[in-house]
Amino acid sequence: MTNKIVVDCLTGEVQEIALTEAEIAEREVMAAEYAEQKAAEDAEKAEQAKAKKALLTKLGITAEEAQLLLL
Amino acid sequence: MATTYTLISSVTVGSGGAANIDFTGIPSTYTDLLVKYSIRDSNNSISQNINLTFNNAGGTAYSERLLYGSGSAAQSFSSSSAANINFQYATGVAATASTFSNGEIYIPNYAGSTAKSVSVDSVVENNASGTAMGLNAGLSSNTAAITSVKLASPSGTFQQYSTAYLYGISNA
Repeated sequence: MTNKIVVDCLTGEVQEIALTEAEIAEREVMAAEYAEQKAAEDAEKAEQAKAKKALLTKLGITAEEAQLLLL
Repeated sequence: MATTYTLISSVTVGSGGAANIDFTGIPSTYTDLLVKYSIRDSNNSISQNINLTFNNAGGTAYSERLLYGSGSAAQSFSSSSAANINFQYATGVAATASTFSNGEIYIPNYAGSTAKSVSVDSVVENNASGTAMGLNAGLSSNTAAITSVKLASPSGTFQQYSTAYLYGISNA
């Protein structure tokens, strides 16, 4: 069973309550959206790394040598 | 310039973990809100996003832009018409044991009647080269005063000893 913590700022009461069926369904949607977003981010990161590697190859230098050029 | 910080409420997650932390009944007597959190998530990754919503409103009200560093690269990401603001980080269980992320969520003019801006500064703790840190600018187009703030794990649970502190800030 998955719980949520609800803090009532007016009374100071802290309750640990089981998620409702609607909230569980909402979490499933969130998880699917997150997985999709994460996959897109990972793809973008991989694309950038690939482009960086291609540029270094074209220049004939290593990443460390490129860093030295920026000093 | 903020002159006073008042702790409104705080919470520490117990041994059972929690899918989300909801601060409800937030009084409108302050100028700004600040949430300081330290969270470890059960997700099997180094970093895990945290979904932020106000007044339990989802829909398409949120947009955000993130400047991100992974320890080896800097990037930016954005989203719009989203159901939450989610570019703030928790440490996942693939990171160094017993480490927690640190984050600050600042919400100016939360009790006003215009769209609500948010800024977030968060970093994942990990004793390795791969990590995550981000500066995020978000916006909720909902104009109602914020009376509740929810931090939710999108696919895991917040682990024991994770904490969140809600402060009210009054300007002079």
